[in-house]
Amino acid sequence: MSAATLPPVAASPGYWAGVLTRFSREKLAIAAGIVILLIILAAIFADVIAPADPSKASMLRRLKPLGTPGYPLGSDELGRDMLSRLIFGARLSLFMGLVPVFIAFVIGSLIGISAGFFGGRFNTLVMRTVDIFYAFPSVLLAIALSGALGAGITNSILSLTIVFIPPIARIAESVTAQVRGMDYVDAARASGAGSWLIIRAQVVGNVIGPVFVYATSLISVAMILASGLSFLGLGVKPPTPEWGLMLNTLRTAIYVQPIVAVLPGAAIFITSIAFNILSDGLRSAMEVKS
Amino acid sequence: MFRYFLKRLAYVAPVALGVSFFCFLLVHIAPGDPLTSVLPPDASAAQQEEMRKIYGFDKPLPVQFLLWLWKALQGDLGVSIATGRPVALEVGKAVGNTLIIALLAMVIGFVLGCLFGFISGYFKGSWLDRLSSGIAMLGVSVPHYWLGMVMVVVFSVQLGWLPPGGAGPDGSGAWKWNWEHVRYMILPALTMSVVPMGIIARTVRALVADIMAQDFVTALRAKGLLDRGVLTHVIRNAAPTALAVMGLQLGYLLGGSILIETVFSWPGTGFLLGNAIFQRDLPLLQGAILVLAMFFVGLNVLVDIVQGLIDPRVRRQ
Repeated sequence: MSAATLPPVAASPGYWAGVLTRFSREKLAIAAGIVILLIILAAIFADVIAPADPSKASMLRRLKPLGTPGYPLGSDELGRDMLSRLIFGARLSLFMGLVPVFIAFVIGSLIGISAGFFGGRFNTLVMRTVDIFYAFPSVLLAIALSGALGAGITNSILSLTIVFIPPIARIAESVTAQVRGMDYVDAARASGAGSWLIIRAQVVGNVIGPVFVYATSLISVAMILASGLSFLGLGVKPPTPEWGLMLNTLRTAIYVQPIVAVLPGAAIFITSIAFNILSDGLRSAMEVKS
Repeated sequence: MFRYFLKRLAYVAPVALGVSFFCFLLVHIAPGDPLTSVLPPDASAAQQEEMRKIYGFDKPLPVQFLLWLWKALQGDLGVSIATGRPVALEVGKAVGNTLIIALLAMVIGFVLGCLFGFISGYFKGSWLDRLSSGIAMLGVSVPHYWLGMVMVVVFSVQLGWLPPGGAGPDGSGAWKWNWEHVRYMILPALTMSVVPMGIIARTVRALVADIMAQDFVTALRAKGLLDRGVLTHVIRNAAPTALAVMGLQLGYLLGGSILIETVFSWPGTGFLLGNAIFQRDLPLLQGAILVLAMFFVGLNVLVDIVQGLIDPRVRRQ
């Protein structure tokens, strides 16, 4: 009789449904997400959107101010359209900020999870190596590696990836070590599950969230560092449009056309803030403690 | 306390060794023969062989490392290719200049960061919190080399108040404590202080908010303690962590000064490093990075020890 009279119980909303509800309340983070989406779209469809050819120079129209007919955001030191160069520049600037963090997220998580799960000597060996890289300020490490390897996009991405693996591995290791001590892991082990199954079924799902949130907070640092490397002449080579490099070549123009000269940096700033706000929003929506 | 001290030292020794090994390897991960960076391109094969012997590049890598380390411990970091002067001398001259602006930037960043962070955490959720948190967010997101350019545009080009770069009116690196020289460090130090300001503000905000939510604060309030009394308790609890973050940030400023020093042509280690990269002066690059990284390692130990002195809980971990 009881089964017929009880009202049906709604399935409890899962963790991700909760994350979505909480994220929908983060208005600022959603706005930041939209800004990032627009920048990514602009980068992808640069050929369609950009009003002019980003590499078409004109000796007669160098360093024009904002609002010059045909040059809505002015022109650079070689008379190239700033707006078009900023749009095309988003491609490499985003690429060089996102790719190192993504690769470091994958490799760092693998290293951290295995070190945290297996513990013992293996853990000591891995974490001590990580500590060595951790002993360098990130800017210094990136510059040391890029400086030794030489300029270029691949070398910049390689050095930034190496810079971000240790911090990600460290977070992944400490979260994994906590998860390993949980009762459900003991229960799984008692029921005969092997290490591989436990890692796949219990550990990864619980570790990847916090590590992912941490990785998103590194994107802004990665973008600033990547553009910084180009700014020093260690990243992208001219005439490829990239925000850091554009800022470098326009440095001497601050006396002639200051507003045009600082535009590429404003682009880096806006993107970097947007990623940081989005990351903060994700952190509170996913209820990750810093 | 002494045991804690020894434990920290035992922990840091292998890290320091690893850091020096990494610096040693920098010359070897560079593309091409490490000799090509020391020799003129038209050197004969016999000369090359001779130099290889002099520099010890003919020995196996571990032996080379030990020889290099032994020399480095005695203060011999090799000779700069570009200037022909000892690397230790070049770095030594530059370190002082970097320390001056890094310390000044640290003081500005720490004071402002603590202020904004404290306001945010104490009045969590208010408009004051939103304002301070917003400033902190701008601080951690700004590309500091760009901010440096903007500062030059505003304060040097437009207003003409402060010089756009260099370290003194006569163009030399000789430092003196007078207004003529101090003018030159204001813009670089202010620019440098923004990132640590943001990071410290965000840390302090979280710390203070955490402490405010604890039972003992509620108890203090319930006992009728005035806000000023609660305040001292909050500050005493937040101080050790805030100091630790400050120490680390000073390390980041010392090591990360390269972009700011390039923008302002400030003759410190970062500027030196920039030149070393530009001229592919690998011994100088290696030496400067070794010195900066060791500073950072040493600072970390110092922070741990100071933290252990202030807070006995840290020692027992």
